[in-house]
Amino acid sequence: MAEQRHKKSTRRHERYRGEHPIVVRNLKNQFGDAVIHEGLDLTVNRGEILGVVGGSGTGKSVLMRSIIGLQPPTEGEIEVFGKSIVDAEPDQEIGVRDRWGVLFQGGALFSTLTVGENVEVPLKQFYPEISDRLRVEIARYKIMLSGLPEEAVNKYPSELSGGMKKRAGLARALALDPELLFLDEPTAGLDPIGASAFDNLTRELKETLGLTVFLITHDLDTLHEICDRVAVLADKQVIAVDTVPKLMELDHPWIQEYFNGPRGRAALTAQALDELRRHMDEPVAAHAVKALDNAPPSRDKA
Amino acid sequence: MAGLAEYELEQGQEGAVLTLSGPYLVSTIGEVDEELRDLEGPIAKVDLANVSEIDTVGAWVACQIAGEHEAEIVGASDRAKRLLGALEGLSGDYDIAAPRAPVWERVPESVGEKVFNARSGAIGVVSFLGALIFSLARLARHPRNFRMVALVRQVELVGVSALPIIGLMSFLIGIVIAQQGAVQLAAFGAETLTVNLVGRITLRELGVLMTAIMVAGRSGSAFAAEIGTMKLTEEIDAMRTIGISPMEALVVPRILAAVLMMPLLGFYASCMAIIGGAFVGEIMLGIPFFTFLSRIQEVVPTYDVWVGMIKAPVFGLIVALAGCYHGMQVKGNSEEVGLRTTMSVVSAIFAVIVLDAIFAVFFTELGWG
Repeated sequence: MAEQRHKKSTRRHERYRGEHPIVVRNLKNQFGDAVIHEGLDLTVNRGEILGVVGGSGTGKSVLMRSIIGLQPPTEGEIEVFGKSIVDAEPDQEIGVRDRWGVLFQGGALFSTLTVGENVEVPLKQFYPEISDRLRVEIARYKIMLSGLPEEAVNKYPSELSGGMKKRAGLARALALDPELLFLDEPTAGLDPIGASAFDNLTRELKETLGLTVFLITHDLDTLHEICDRVAVLADKQVIAVDTVPKLMELDHPWIQEYFNGPRGRAALTAQALDELRRHMDEPVAAHAVKALDNAPPSRDKA
Repeated sequence: MAGLAEYELEQGQEGAVLTLSGPYLVSTIGEVDEELRDLEGPIAKVDLANVSEIDTVGAWVACQIAGEHEAEIVGASDRAKRLLGALEGLSGDYDIAAPRAPVWERVPESVGEKVFNARSGAIGVVSFLGALIFSLARLARHPRNFRMVALVRQVELVGVSALPIIGLMSFLIGIVIAQQGAVQLAAFGAETLTVNLVGRITLRELGVLMTAIMVAGRSGSAFAAEIGTMKLTEEIDAMRTIGISPMEALVVPRILAAVLMMPLLGFYASCMAIIGGAFVGEIMLGIPFFTFLSRIQEVVPTYDVWVGMIKAPVFGLIVALAGCYHGMQVKGNSEEVGLRTTMSVVSAIFAVIVLDAIFAVFFTELGWG
């Protein structure tokens, strides 16, 4: 019996126990004459949320596509879970594809399938031995875990709003209980309430499921609130990887502009206020919050 | 055994204890899930202490079994507890497939829908034609709004770039008609009538008809797909907000291009077919190439050319209208683009053939038989 079972489950992986699920070394990406990345190095620690920022056109999405094997790099080495992505063909099976989940910018849901069927797709692809009943249950709870109402399971993507599509995309990315989650601008185009709910969801999922998250974002609030470290892409390289407070001390014009510009400071103040509100029972904090809330109008015009 | 999900049911003092051991992951659950669900109760406790690894799927199954037997989950690690907590209250009973009516409701419903759509489709096409005529009238009053560049571009796409494929197709059709005709006519000793056959049938019927079918497949489908995609990406809405009428900017140039190009392409196709026929005449029938061509002039009445040339722009209008109309009807998702493109080609070819039959009767009554 055990022998027989053993044959069927060929895809069983140990959870990754190494320290760095993603290692990028000396990456070069070039389209025609345009060099996007040159000599790019990046290491992602296990169990962290790594934010990736950079101006438009610095190749954040290209970096992500390189790591997940959709964009073969011109030069360099990329390892995911200690396995090289570069040598493998885009649809060749090297035993990492069922251990990551990817949320594309627009959700990239299959338009001819309902949300529930979308979540089923990876399960059917990788674990055909799972019974229909369990698969349906999994699809259903993953959708609800992603913060969608239960009624959404049998809706088609065209019937959903932008924010709901993102959540549905997240549910599909989580379908296989991945260890690694790639999010491409998850909060872009969401209203502030939706964006902050999505941030909290990401953090909760990371904590409960023990995920490592690779997060591309433009959202300063997301960076301050949930990212453990932030990688800054500029000059075709990752110029710095560190926590936000340490990055702000760095003397690089783009980083200064980004984090210490009006929007960066606003996000920082907001986070400080949030922090203080959590300790409202202490008189000092209550006083500070009051003072900050009634602060005289800021002199610099954003 | 390590590496596999196992379970054991033991009778204890306070009732049966189900002990789960090994990894309970999405990759290992498939083999034990059904067996676990079929277990006979009552079960008092589900023990997770020996579970080596667990993910949400494993936690879910444990949760379901515990819920079913009203058992208590014990021995859960911190991680398992977190997962169980996250899954709390997430069970539901919605079916994930879209709601689907039974077959005896679906068939009449779809028939009824088709009938209803045929009516609204007919109204839609007529009102689209009306909007087109209205736009043309407006353009006639304000010729400055007319988009010459777009028209030239479409003329190139519909006409010039279709020349090679339509030429080759017609040439081959001419060869087939001449060769097959000659074999049959030889039975009467009337091979020389092959010239009449090829000349009249291509100029009157086949040249224009085959061209219309080719243009429907090449350009009508492209119109539907282009305009449909532009509708999906909200380009058409963007145009409207800037004050550009999509009818004038997109539809009129395409329809004019098709109407203008169809007679030219049809005539060109007929000529290529005659050349194909003359080719066969030279090789198989012993009729010299140029004699074949000059005989054409003698045996084909001029009105045959007129019959073809009168039909051509009408066919062009039908094909372009079908393409643009279906393109403008696209809404919702990308699947609709494919659906509408198919519909545009099918309805265009169907309408062209029906009209061709009506034209045939009409011209015969006119004495242009």
